[in-house]
Amino acid sequence: MIRLEGVHKAFGANRVLQGIDLAVERGESLVVIGGSGTGKSVLIKCILGLVTPDAGRITVDGLDVRRAEREAFLARFGMLFQGGALFDSLTVWQNVAFRLMRGRERRPRAEARAIAIEKLRRVGLAPEVADLYPAELSGGMQKRVGLARAIADDPAIIFFDEPTAGLDPIMSGVINALIREIVDEMGATAITITHDMRSVREIAHTVAMLHGGLIRWRGPVAQIETSGDPYLDQFIHGRAEGPIEAVR
Amino acid sequence: MSAALAPLVATGRATRELLAAVGAIARFAGATLGHLLRPPFYPRELGLQLIAIGYLSLPVVGLTALFTGGALALQIYAGGARFNAESVVPSIVAIGMVRELGPVMAGLMVAARVASSIAAEIGTMKVTEQIDALVTLSTDPMKYLTVPRVLAATLAVPVLVGVGDAIGIMGGYLVGITRLGFNEATYIRNTVDFLEFWDVASGLVKGAAFGFIVALMGCYHGMNSGRGAQGVGRATKRAVVASAVMILAANYLLTEVFFTS
Repeated sequence: MIRLEGVHKAFGANRVLQGIDLAVERGESLVVIGGSGTGKSVLIKCILGLVTPDAGRITVDGLDVRRAEREAFLARFGMLFQGGALFDSLTVWQNVAFRLMRGRERRPRAEARAIAIEKLRRVGLAPEVADLYPAELSGGMQKRVGLARAIADDPAIIFFDEPTAGLDPIMSGVINALIREIVDEMGATAITITHDMRSVREIAHTVAMLHGGLIRWRGPVAQIETSGDPYLDQFIHGRAEGPIEAVR
Repeated sequence: MSAALAPLVATGRATRELLAAVGAIARFAGATLGHLLRPPFYPRELGLQLIAIGYLSLPVVGLTALFTGGALALQIYAGGARFNAESVVPSIVAIGMVRELGPVMAGLMVAARVASSIAAEIGTMKVTEQIDALVTLSTDPMKYLTVPRVLAATLAVPVLVGVGDAIGIMGGYLVGITRLGFNEATYIRNTVDFLEFWDVASGLVKGAAFGFIVALMGCYHGMNSGRGAQGVGRATKRAVVASAVMILAANYLLTEVFFTS
């Protein structure tokens, strides 16, 4: 279980997180929604230890993330970054197998390549893609490679940061379906950050809305239409009028 | 605050920022040296950087040294003619190249070529979240990106200096025998007879120091790059300027240490 208690984070005068309390159960797929700049990415970076909170406590299965041994802690996570974050200088299979070829659990090169090709197949990419470089792929293919890298070591927890950003509707649907299948198949705990309401409906078991540095609403995805929360209503229906100020 | 104090405030702020930057670079250098000694090591990355920093810099360093050696021979001949000392051309070219111009020119050329490239590459990796991706894949960016580059530059630049020294002396030799009327055998004998081991070794030590500076500045400014294309551009510019200034300052300090004590 992932638990955040009273997490604060500010960048200068910009107080992004102002006391986040959130718990994610094992096997749960939580989607975090909220406007741009509300701290959704900062939230998952705090969990991963990429950003250090100013106050509060974050635990994963009861272990404080600041006290955990980094390599073992991070080995439990997979992450799909918004822009893919693939390493330009490495081929596709080397990107996917990056973790497999390093660290204490290092696998032989041939085995790592075989696993990478199997994960690429799992996300719908042919083995021929394995020896290409990321710059030779389309945006949708790069997302799939990023997804394959995120699941390469069968992590217990997977984070998806804007998985459909910049993709056409058909490719967005494909990525959403893949994420849902993979999370269900692996039984992984997932936290997804998105603005895309279609992704919310296709990926989420539960939804949390971040606004004003706090979790504004949290509940099952089936209840988002009937929550009665004016902030959530405005966000999910994309209305310019409402309690959330829209800069025009 | 009164307007009269504004210049003092600005000076104070600039001084504070400068000291903070010096402190941050010193901490970064310390961390790099610490990581040099602790596993995991990435020999493949080191090999790739040796090629990128050392081997691929050979043409630019060689050409620079060739023209510098030739120009040096012409200058010394013209200057020496004022007091009938034209015969010192071979020895002064050799000493000037191996002690000063070889290491400094190689350092500056590598700064222009390598510091910019490292800062742009790592800066782009930072703004495209590749550095964060490395961390989530249980890989320390200092060990994977910084250590191989700094170690490769520290090892490769002395070799470039050595090659540059030889090519620079050859540039002086070519100008000496074709333009200044020196006898070939006499030129070579004067070059070899006046060079001492420490002349060459001090230049190689300077090269190692300059290589360390260049890669360190490239990595530091890349890792601390701002957002977007402008941020990466600014990091690249700072890496080159800081490398060049620090090379010249280090050159003076090392010359003081090596040749005045």
